[in-house]
Amino acid sequence: MNIKSHKFIRLGLSYLIIGIMFLIILYPVAWIIGSSFNPGQSLSGSSIIPKNASLMHYQHLFNLEETYYLKWYKNSLIVSCLTMIFTVLSVSLIAYAFSRYRFFGRKYGLMTFLILQMIPNFAALIAIYVLAFRFQLLDTLSGLILIYVGGQIPLNTWLMKGYLDTIPRELDESAKIDGAGHFRIFFQIVMPLAKPILAVVALFSFIAPFADFIIASILLRSEEKYTLPVGLFNLIDDQFGAEFTTFAAGSVLIAIPIALLFLFFQKYFVSGLTAGGTKG
Amino acid sequence: MEHKKVDPTNHRKIAVVLSVLPGLGQLYNKQYVKGGLFLLLTAAFFGVFRDLLNMGLWGIVTLGEKTPRDNSIFLLAEGILALIIVGFGLIFLLFNLFDAYKNGEKRDKGQPLHTLWEQYRNLIESGFPYLIMTPGFLLMVFVVVFPIIFVILLGFTNYDLYHSPPAKLVDWVFLQTFIDIFKIDIWRETFFGVLSWTLVWTFVATTFQVALGIILAVIVNQKDLKGKAIIRTVLILPWAIPGFVSILIFAGMFNESFGAINQDILALIGLGDIPWMTESFYTRLALIFIQTWLGFPFVFAMTTGVLQSIPDELYEAATVDGANSLQKFKRITLPLVLFATAPIIITQYTFNFNNFNVIYLFNGGGPAVPGHNAGGTDILISWIYSLTMTSAEYSKAAAITLLLSIFVITIAIWQFRKTISFQEEDMM
Repeated sequence: MNIKSHKFIRLGLSYLIIGIMFLIILYPVAWIIGSSFNPGQSLSGSSIIPKNASLMHYQHLFNLEETYYLKWYKNSLIVSCLTMIFTVLSVSLIAYAFSRYRFFGRKYGLMTFLILQMIPNFAALIAIYVLAFRFQLLDTLSGLILIYVGGQIPLNTWLMKGYLDTIPRELDESAKIDGAGHFRIFFQIVMPLAKPILAVVALFSFIAPFADFIIASILLRSEEKYTLPVGLFNLIDDQFGAEFTTFAAGSVLIAIPIALLFLFFQKYFVSGLTAGGTKG
Repeated sequence: MEHKKVDPTNHRKIAVVLSVLPGLGQLYNKQYVKGGLFLLLTAAFFGVFRDLLNMGLWGIVTLGEKTPRDNSIFLLAEGILALIIVGFGLIFLLFNLFDAYKNGEKRDKGQPLHTLWEQYRNLIESGFPYLIMTPGFLLMVFVVVFPIIFVILLGFTNYDLYHSPPAKLVDWVFLQTFIDIFKIDIWRETFFGVLSWTLVWTFVATTFQVALGIILAVIVNQKDLKGKAIIRTVLILPWAIPGFVSILIFAGMFNESFGAINQDILALIGLGDIPWMTESFYTRLALIFIQTWLGFPFVFAMTTGVLQSIPDELYEAATVDGANSLQKFKRITLPLVLFATAPIIITQYTFNFNNFNVIYLFNGGGPAVPGHNAGGTDILISWIYSLTMTSAEYSKAAAITLLLSIFVITIAIWQFRKTISFQEEDMM
């Protein structure tokens, strides 16, 4: 009886805490979805479930003549996809070299990467601006992509190297004896085994451009070149509150696909990160 | 006369001396193809980069001499590029000296040199790691290393609104900028004010998100709890939604005139007019709450992964020995979780130290504070941003970036040295 009531209290408390967390997490989500259906531009006097819900803000965003929203969306997708491809390519090659070869300069290289990953590259705002100006990459998406890829390399190399170290080296050595070349070992033996960490790096580098506001806001000058973070920020910064419902619709349209993508890949990177994190 | 002196034991020295001009040593070692190639590379190096080296090295020393013609900042950038190129040149020179020495030594010992084919094989074999690293590495040098050098150097100039190209020249002032930051009252007070809030912010916000993440993971991981899948999905949600979206949503929710926090929630208990955006204290509270909301799911997910890998036998043995749940948590769960997630938790602290987005997007670092030239919630990185973007205090911003980087790097190196990952791994 005592044990039973003890268990009842424990589980009851647990559900209570989880319930409170649900409320704290879901309330902002519900509020923003509610706002996005709210007719009119301001929120004064609105309730979380709007009385006369309307799709007008979504229609407004999808109208190419009224806003650049779809353009921003397209820009963000282009930047994210290319950043992801180039990051995965260069990171897996560099991490593979660090993990499998012993060469002159390896130790210093690793140290450099370790230090570089701690300094956010946006700390050097002026330098990035001057560099972009000099190479005529100002206000171009390709300049932005190059900076994102370069900035992603140090941290992700460490992550991936940690994971590659856990793949037994006997595998590639036996392949080498069988006559496989460097690239063949890389593509056919090591990379298939590194899928979880590849998923992590791919997802991280895909999401990173969505999380960056600072570099994009410095490099991109014209409104049609904006990525979503810059565009959305300007949407509400211009006259805060006056266009909040439009902003709400815009954020719902971003949050849903990204969140789905994220939840779908989530199981991969818990294993990928803890393996790389604890051993490497 | 000279011919006589060359006894077989001296090939290596002569080859090295000749190789000061890359290629000559190799020619001397009778490796004609390699020598020719090296000579060609050297010629190409000077041919292509002569102007840049000339201009850049002059520019970085003088930072320009006449105003309409010279733009100090571009000269500084070119100077750094020239230095990087000189660095690559030096690496090549060293490699070439090393090669000349090795082959000279082989000749001294009477060993046969590699044939052209063997040299080629050798290059492919030992050069492979360099080959596959080069593209990414080059990009990193330009995008990450170049800006860092640029900012370090900028901290030693007087680049600001009044010394701003193209109208004016920028000069080297060495330590003056740093002295100003610590000597001029408003700068010193602001700097230490911002620094202390940065530290408090980093410590409190990160500790909250780590603690909440671990506690929730343990709660959800209880065996007899139902609906785990859905609970976990919801608890991960704040991580899945892009951060800038959530932060901007919170900025709306905390808005004093129409936000839901004051209008709907706090109004219920009669507290409808808290100045979230206009009084530093409340803005800071809100920021810590938001960062906890944003950050705990990551720790939660990692901890859950670790918890699932702890074997049940450990707990069963503890139960047999009469341990209660609290003891089990303190003696088994917590040590194992902290051990496995330590490196990730450290990165959480360094991340929040530089967490620009949440500070800037929520309230622009504000509200403004009288007597300071930073906002009440500005952390170092967001202060640097506004110094650069709005008040054009470029050299001050650079100097503060430098101080910040030294701080972060010191702590991080000290921490990483302690983690096992670094000791276990055969670094060399």
